[in-house]
Amino acid sequence: MSDLITVQNLTLKFRTDEGLITAVDDVSFRVRKGEVMGLVGESGSGKSVTAKALMHLNAKNAVYTPESKIILHTDAGEIDVLALRKAAEMKVVRGGAISMIFQEPMASFAPAISIGKQMIEQLMLHSDMSKAQARKHSIEMLDRVGISDPDKRFDQFAFELSGGMRQRAMIAMALSTKPKLLIADEPTTALDVTIQAQVIDLMKDLVKEFDMGIIFITHDLGVVAQTADYVSVMYLGRLIEKGPVREVIRDPRHPYTQGLIDALPKLDELDKPLTPIPGDIPSPLERPPGCVFNTRCSKIVGPQCTTVLPPDIKVSPTHRVACYIYKEEGQA
Amino acid sequence: MKNTGMNDDILISARGLSVGFQIGKGMFDKRVLKAVDKVDVDIEAGSFFGLVGESGSGKTTLGRAFLKAVPITEGGATYNDGEVELDLATLDGAELKDYRKRAQLIFQDPYAALSPRMTVRDIIAEPLEVMGLTKSRAETDERVREIAAKCRLNLEHLRRFPHAFSGGQRQRISIARALVSGPKFVVADESVAALDVSIQADVLNLLKELQRDLGITFMFISHDLSVVAHTCDHVAVMYLGRLVESAPTMELFKAPRHPYTKALFSAIPSLDPDDDKSAQKLEGEIPSPTNQPSGCKFHTRCPFVVDRCKTEEPKLEHADGSGHEVSCHRWKELMESHAL
Repeated sequence: MSDLITVQNLTLKFRTDEGLITAVDDVSFRVRKGEVMGLVGESGSGKSVTAKALMHLNAKNAVYTPESKIILHTDAGEIDVLALRKAAEMKVVRGGAISMIFQEPMASFAPAISIGKQMIEQLMLHSDMSKAQARKHSIEMLDRVGISDPDKRFDQFAFELSGGMRQRAMIAMALSTKPKLLIADEPTTALDVTIQAQVIDLMKDLVKEFDMGIIFITHDLGVVAQTADYVSVMYLGRLIEKGPVREVIRDPRHPYTQGLIDALPKLDELDKPLTPIPGDIPSPLERPPGCVFNTRCSKIVGPQCTTVLPPDIKVSPTHRVACYIYKEEGQA
Repeated sequence: MKNTGMNDDILISARGLSVGFQIGKGMFDKRVLKAVDKVDVDIEAGSFFGLVGESGSGKTTLGRAFLKAVPITEGGATYNDGEVELDLATLDGAELKDYRKRAQLIFQDPYAALSPRMTVRDIIAEPLEVMGLTKSRAETDERVREIAAKCRLNLEHLRRFPHAFSGGQRQRISIARALVSGPKFVVADESVAALDVSIQADVLNLLKELQRDLGITFMFISHDLSVVAHTCDHVAVMYLGRLVESAPTMELFKAPRHPYTKALFSAIPSLDPDDDKSAQKLEGEIPSPTNQPSGCKFHTRCPFVVDRCKTEEPKLEHADGSGHEVSCHRWKELMESHAL
């Protein structure tokens, strides 16, 4: 499988009244064609900011370090996303090669413009379809994502649809331009469980059908287990563990990932008490030195935990963890 | 139908309780949206009672009806904590004021529930002052400190403003405020839904601890079945305003008797990537409460629907386990054929 997007040493700070705040710190990962990458983390972990960086969508006060690289691999060659400055260049990335769907579909549709009109607008912008073609294609897409009476829905407004329908329409809209990469930011969080299950199934089918890559951002490890091929876990702007979904979920190595899984209420272990991770997530203004998790970690191995950033350790050929507990394979 | 032998231990008992909101716009348009429809339920004193349902199921409205925050339009409910016996449908005046001390609510969003301009001490003390429960400032401070300590807040926290706290700490402040008047009954409406997983477990453990130490009866409203399963002693499931199933937690999770309950369980995304439960996934969406289906309200999505379900509404009846009730025409048949 070929790489779709490569993120290298992404470091992103926000200029604020209180000084520079680090939101993402030295994050590297890649997404390949036909692959779902789950990006997991709690509030303030930097998962949404990372995703927005891929489309150069962060606010004007965002500062990227010179080492930060986001390379989008397209048929026409490589695009360095962070080097793009002009709106016309960004169009290739935004809505062209990459589409994004958000948590709250009501907030993503313009409330006073019909859904169909919004779908046509972006198709006219990003393809050379005529209006009639765009309309036909949009209705086909609505039908594909399981919306009944697509002809009728096409002329309706977002408020006339239920939450599940709106998210389906959002997916139809995001996919109608045939993006190479879809970024889904908590797409099922606002939905009821029975509807969430339907939307997850739909997204899994679509990855196969469109042969694209998906970055699935969520705080819900259950959702990740059911959708992703690879998982990256973020905490306070650092990527602390990454690997294939089965390895990370069944054999989590980082104390934070382990804690996250232990804190999750599980239906097959009702008698077991819940074990919270002690303490609170530190404010991004007070990032601890050393490993970012050291203020809550129960497995501190030595003074290096609180002073020096831990290196990325390969615990298996595909599984990496940033923690001092582990040593590189082959080393004593 | 209901286990009537333990009436002494029942704190809140509802019979045929309905809450309707008028949505018609005039003299001749008297349409009513029934948010809660003829619910029978008993909440045992000292228990952690879970109420589960999707959006539009009426779970929040039922909780508010018990708190007298929305009027009960049909049927009734009684409250009996051993000291007083109150009829919630007709409660008003001095009795209602007294009930406010006995029944409290914890909200979902700890960011919206706390006034940003009051110190934590003032936020927690406000119910005492408004209800006139204390005689002097010293006494108020004493009670505030006491409940704050129980909610794992320290003295230094009391002087600060809410913006200085994280989500988990804020939720502990909300809990302290709800409990400071010494209520017997607390409704916790989605009280951990806005929290991160690593913090959520901490707040759940705190609520359990408070239930045990202070003998409070909790009604825990949530959409998250796994959270409910872990904290509650008894769980009731709602769908479109009706109670479809109610049972002790273990019983409900091991042997759900209603097709909707079963479908809810299988919709929870499993932590095992190879666990594919798609065979039992529900089709369609919850119908609009303004245009409810006839007969069993779940029949439009039920995989086991027969003609009878479309016309005749099932009644809540005793199922096989103790304290297990289900509202389905076919539960026995489905159980015997192992369809669920």
